[in-house]
This record gives sequence, structure tokens and C-alpha cells, in this order.
Amino acid sequence: MSINFDKALGIHQQAMNFRAQRAEVLANNITNADTPNYKARDLDFSSVLAAEAQKQNSGNFALNRTNGRHIEAEGLSGADEALKYRIPTQPSIDQNTVDAQMEQSNYAQNALDFQASFTLLNSKFKGLVSALRGE
Amino acid sequence: MSLANVFNIAGSGMSAQNTRLNTVASNIANAETVSSSIDQTYRARHPVFATTFEQASGAGQSLFEDQGQAGQGVQVKGIVEDQSELQARYEPSHPAANKDGYVYYPNVNVVQEMADMISASRSFQTNAELMNTAKTMMQKVLTLGQ
Repeated sequence: MSINFDKALGIHQQAMNFRAQRAEVLANNITNADTPNYKARDLDFSSVLAAEAQKQNSGNFALNRTNGRHIEAEGLSGADEALKYRIPTQPSIDQNTVDAQMEQSNYAQNALDFQASFTLLNSKFKGLVSALRGE
Repeated sequence: MSLANVFNIAGSGMSAQNTRLNTVASNIANAETVSSSIDQTYRARHPVFATTFEQASGAGQSLFEDQGQAGQGVQVKGIVEDQSELQARYEPSHPAANKDGYVYYPNVNVVQEMADMISASRSFQTNAELMNTAKTMMQKVLTLGQ
């Protein structure tokens, strides 16, 4: 029986991927805090999770691999639907919907969640290593 | 990897805020630059920001790029001159006064420019902090398995 990394590592690798993508979206929001007509966006964790769970339950039906050389399309394929617009808390005269303070706190929280996912993923690897050593 | 994009995004933001600071400095420096005709008088300059979106995917793009709609930073579309009215002051003793005794002062609002300067410098700091946080995240990933 071979070690399957996908099964061994669980959801944490996808979680880290999601956190990295969300960091990009939030960074873009903060950078565009002074851009007229810019609409703040965010990735919705629960809808990405639901899409991933559905993908896991129903198997890899997203892309049909008919040739051995086809590349398996993994990753956050449901990210497009999850990329939503933020509801503005107060209107601004230049139609910008970025709340810089809120985006900053979201970004910081996202960075912390990233570290949490990383810690969990790291401990998975440590568990694998100690299993291989048989200590 | 999308974390590397944060560097590009924050870098574009820092560049844009730098341009904004430059226009503020230019406006404040020229706040008292008088002229004898309306055409030659300095007018306040303001940058126009716009979101950059991903270009049609080049060679370096990921095959399954799905974040294209989220925007990839900010750019300065151009710098516009303020078209509001110039101040005409009656100063016949001024060397630059025209034949009616008027000199034209720029339409620079120094208080507004100072507020703009603080806003730009704060935004610059925020972008630098974004880059720092992304750097910490990437450095953390490099220690995976250690």
C-alpha cells in the first residue's frame, strides 16, 4: 500500500491554498482603497468548502481524463463562484466600497488562519515522518 | 503561487501612492506660483487611480488561473489638472501684474493637499505592511517539514 498524500494531509493543503488566494483578494482591496468606482471583493470560505466537499463526495467528475497524459485539474475550481462583492457599510462619494480598516483586520485574521493551517499541515508531515521512522 | 501576487499588488499600490505624494509635493511647492495670465498659471494636479486587471494570459500564467476577475493591483491612469477657478488678486505693485494690476494665483488648496498627503502616506504604509505580512507567510511556508 502506497502513501497517498491527498488522504494523509486532509483538507489543510486546500485550506492553505484558499488562505493564499484570499490574501491576494484582500491585498487588492486594500491597495484599491483610493480607486474610484472600485468594488471590494472577498472569497467566501463556506462556499469554497462546500464546493470542495461536493467534489470529494462525487469523485473527480469535474474533468474527464481520457488519456494517461492528461493533467488532473485540482485546486480551487469553485473559487470563481465564491468570489463575491462586499456589501458596503456606508456609501462613499466616489462609489468605492472598500473599508480600509475592515480589510486590514480581515487580512490580519487571514494571515493568522494561514499560519494555523500551516501548523496543522506541518504536524501532519511530522506525524508521517515519525511513522516512517517507526520511533 | 498566489501569495507572490501580493507583492505585485502591494508594489503597484506603493508606486501609485508615490505618484500621489509627488503631485501633492508639486502642488504645495507651486501654491504661490503667480502668473500674469490665466493660461500660464499653475493648476493643481491630481492622479486618477484605476484597478489593473490581468492581461490576456501570457506564458508565465497558471493553466488554471481563476482569480483574473479579482484585479491585480492599482495603476495611475493619468494626472488631471484641476479646472476650478483661479484666484485673481489685485496687486498692482507685483512684478508679474498684468496691465489691469491683477496677478493670478493657482487653485491649490493647501489644507486639502496636506490632508491628501497624510492619506497617501498612510496608504503607502499600509501597502508596505501588506508586503511584510505576505513575506512572513511565505517564509513560514519555507519551513514546512522542519
